[in-house]
Amino acid sequence: MSHAQNESGSHPLSYRFLAAIWAALLTLTALTIFAARIDLGFFNVVAALGIASIKSSLVIFFFMHLKYENRTIKTMVLVAFVVLAICIGLTFFDVGFRR
Amino acid sequence: MSEHRDYAGGKLGMWIFLFTEILLFGGLFLLYAAYLHRYPADFNAGGKQLDVVLGAANTIILITSSFTVAASITALRLGQTARCLWLLAATVALALGFLVNKFFEWSAKIGHGIYPGSQHLLQMPPGENLFFGLYYAMTGLHGLHVLIGATLLSVTAALVRKGRVTQGNFGLLENAGLYWHLVDLVWIFLFPLFYLIA
Repeated sequence: MSHAQNESGSHPLSYRFLAAIWAALLTLTALTIFAARIDLGFFNVVAALGIASIKSSLVIFFFMHLKYENRTIKTMVLVAFVVLAICIGLTFFDVGFRR
Repeated sequence: MSEHRDYAGGKLGMWIFLFTEILLFGGLFLLYAAYLHRYPADFNAGGKQLDVVLGAANTIILITSSFTVAASITALRLGQTARCLWLLAATVALALGFLVNKFFEWSAKIGHGIYPGSQHLLQMPPGENLFFGLYYAMTGLHGLHVLIGATLLSVTAALVRKGRVTQGNFGLLENAGLYWHLVDLVWIFLFPLFYLIA
């Protein structure tokens, strides 16, 4: 059974690498707080969500190990997020164009 | 007789469960987005009343706890059980720290008469009432997840200590870690939407 784990679990991520991701996430947190202090109007929302998306990618790909998973899991995660994007997108086709 | 284990299947199942969580929170984020679109000024006014410092502190706490749980998996797989347990204890401590912060934050809001159904909120513009309704619903549901995640990690740590979760059998720790990262992931979006959009 440990053989099977090594196949799909690959090598453990090094402490140094995980610490680098942690540092990147903290830097992006500081950046998003800083960006919110400048008045960009609607682009404040875009900037906040853009930085949040980068942060979540770092968490999903490295902390959650998705980058090293097999194609089945990767495809399923993609489908889940596409479904969410369709839900949000279609709702805004309605909400966004109401007069 | 050896126990049957399905490592890949267990992980796949955990991800499928996480999708239901993503859609659960996704629905609430959609609701937030639709009302932000409808009442931008009221949401601004609501967001200004939240404490950015407490929100930022909780963000740092959760990001750090995500790191410690990821490092605990590395530790277990390298056979460093003591370090793994230490890192899991740190993760649970950070989770409790998050909840303590949340307690003070909510207490202060409730002290100011801001809670679902309060007279104060009913006199506010409708958008602000909605903002705080969503604030309590979403941070409350997230807080519940923090509590569940901390419990799950404590149980996993106990099993690591008993030698039931080991260097060769770390699936449960990985899945508990995945759940904890999801909790972090949700907060990554909650923080800017509630505390910073103003």
